[in-house]
Amino acid sequence: METFGKEKEQGERILDYEKIVATSKFQQLIQKKRNFIVPIIIVFLITYFLLPILTGYTSILEHKAIGWITWTWLYSLGLFVMVWVFATMYVKKAETFDQLAEEIIEENIK
Amino acid sequence: MSVPAFILFLIILLVTLYITYWAAKRTKTANEFYTAGGGLTGWQNGLAIAGDYLSAASFLGIAGAIALNGFDGFYYSIGYLTAYLFVLFIVAEPLRNLGKYTLADMINSRFSERKVRATAALSSITIVIFYMIAQLVGAGALIKLLLGIEYWIAVLIVGVMMTIYVLFGGMTATSWVQIIKAVLLMAGTVIISFLVLLKFNFNIVGMFNEMSQATPHGENYLHSGIVFKNPLDLLSMMLALVLGTAGLPHILMRFFTVKDAQTARASVVNATWVVGIFYVMTIFLGFGAAKFVGSETIIAENPAGNMAAPLLAKALGGDFLMSFVSAVAFATILAVVAGLVLSGASAFAHDIYGQIIKKGKATERQQVLAARWASVGVAAFSILLALGAQSLNVAFLVSLAFCVAASANLPVIVYTIYWKKFNTAGAVTAMLAGLITAIVLVSISPNVIHPEAGKAFFVGDPIFPLTNPALISVPAGFIGGLIGTLVSAKRDEKKYAEVTFKANTGYKEAEM
Repeated sequence: METFGKEKEQGERILDYEKIVATSKFQQLIQKKRNFIVPIIIVFLITYFLLPILTGYTSILEHKAIGWITWTWLYSLGLFVMVWVFATMYVKKAETFDQLAEEIIEENIK
Repeated sequence: MSVPAFILFLIILLVTLYITYWAAKRTKTANEFYTAGGGLTGWQNGLAIAGDYLSAASFLGIAGAIALNGFDGFYYSIGYLTAYLFVLFIVAEPLRNLGKYTLADMINSRFSERKVRATAALSSITIVIFYMIAQLVGAGALIKLLLGIEYWIAVLIVGVMMTIYVLFGGMTATSWVQIIKAVLLMAGTVIISFLVLLKFNFNIVGMFNEMSQATPHGENYLHSGIVFKNPLDLLSMMLALVLGTAGLPHILMRFFTVKDAQTARASVVNATWVVGIFYVMTIFLGFGAAKFVGSETIIAENPAGNMAAPLLAKALGGDFLMSFVSAVAFATILAVVAGLVLSGASAFAHDIYGQIIKKGKATERQQVLAARWASVGVAAFSILLALGAQSLNVAFLVSLAFCVAASANLPVIVYTIYWKKFNTAGAVTAMLAGLITAIVLVSISPNVIHPEAGKAFFVGDPIFPLTNPALISVPAGFIGGLIGTLVSAKRDEKKYAEVTFKANTGYKEAEM
C-alpha cells in the first residue's frame, strides 16, 4: 500500500469513490468481511451475556464439574479460550481481506 | 519505607526519566508527539496497549476483589478481556485507516462540521478526567500505604512524573514507560502465581477444593452473587465493560502509533494474549491472598482490598518481593496516567485548538506548543481535583468512564463506519444522548445517593437503582443517533462511499 502514497499526481486527482465502491470486487470484499465478522460477533456476544444471565437468574452453573471447580469457572475460562481462538481466526482470515483490498486499490487507482 | 523498596522506586524513576530524555530528542513534530511518528511495531504497541489497559485498578483492584469476593471479582477480568474482540473486529482497523491523532479525527473524516468535532472532544475529555481522578486518588492512597508518605506528596510525585513524561517525551516516552511497565507487571504476576501454585503443589483442583473452605464466605466464595445480588446490575456492568473499552480515548489513541491497519490488528491480538494471560493469573493472586493473607488482614489495610497483591507478595516472598510488587504498582500508575494525560491533551490541543479554533491551519510549531501546554493544563487540573478528592470514594469513576465510553463513543463509531444514512445531526445527538444519560443516571444512582451513611455523597434512597447505568445509557446513545439521523434530512452518500473505501482498504490520499 505504501507505494501508492508515493504516486505524484494523486493529490491533484479527484477519485470517484462511489464508482469504486460499486464495483463487484469491492462489494465482494465488504460481503466477505461481513460474512466472517457478523456471525462471530453474534456468537461471542450471546456467549458472553449468557454467563451473567445464567449466574444471575439460575443456579445451573453452580454445580461442581471437577472437584470444586464449578461450571461457572469452566464457562468463564471457555470465554478466555473463545477470545484467543476468534482473535487468531480473524488474523488468518484478514490476510485474505488485505490481499483483496490491495488488488482493488491497484485496479482502480493507478 | 524499607531500603529495597526505596531503591526500586528510585530505579523506576531514573529509568523512566532516562527514557523521557531519550524520547525528547525524537519528539519534534506534532506527529511524533501524538503518535511516536507511527513507528511502533505490533509487539511494542501490543505491550503498550496492555500497559495502558492493566491499570492499578486491574492489578491491585481485581486481585483484591477476587480475594475478598471470589468469583464476583473475576467478572471484571472476563469483561475486560472479551472487550478486545470488539476492539479487534469493529474499531481498530477503520480507526487506524480513517483517523490521524484522535477519535474525533475519525468521526470527522465523514462529518467535517466543527460541532461534531467539538462534541467528540467533549466526550473524550469527560472520560479522561473521570478516569484520571480515579487513578490519581487511588495512586495517592496506594503510595501513601506503600511508602508511608503523605497523600498530597504522593499525588504530587505521580502528577509531576506524568507531566514530565508527556511534556518532554510525548507518545514515545509514554509508550516505552507502558511497555516497561507491562513487562514488569507480567514478571511480578508470574512470580507470585508460581509461588501460590507451589504452595498448592500445582494441584489446581486441590486449590479450588481448599478455597471452598478457606474464606468466611465458605462455598459461596466459588459462586457468583456475593457482590452482584441484583442480576440487572451485573448485566449492566458487563455491558459497560465489553463495549466501553472500544470507546476509551487512551486505548483508541494507541492505534495511531503503528504504521498501518495490519499492524494495528497485530497489536490488538498481541495485547489480547498478554492481557488474557494476566487475567487468568488474577485467579491465583486473588485465591492466594484470600488463603495466605486472609480477608481480615486485607480489609484492615484497605477496605476495598487494594493491598491484597502486595500483602500476598510479602507473605510468600518476604519484604523484597513486596517491595518489588509495590514498585511494579507504582510503575503501573505512572504509565496509565501518562497515557491519560496524552489523550486528554490531544483532545484539547489537536481537536479544539488545532482543528476548531485554528481550522487545521496551525503551523507545526504551534501544534507542538499547543500539545505541550495542553498536557500541562490537563495534568495540573487533574492534580488539583485529585488533591481535593482525597476523602471521596472515587472507585465508581472508573466504571463511569467505561460507561460514558460505551454510551457516548461506541454508538457513534459503529454508525460512522457502518450506517449509510448516518449524518451530522445523528452524530451529535448520539454522543450527547449517551454522555448526558450516563452522567445523569450515575448522579442519581447508589454511587451518589446511598441508604447507608458514609457509602456515598448523600444519604437516602437512590432514584435510579443500578450502580452502572450502561443498560439504559448505551441504548440511549444508539437511539439518540437514530432519531437525530432520521429527523435531519441530510444525506451524503458520496462521502460515505469514500469513508467505506478508505476504512476497508487503508487507502489514503497523498497529502496525508
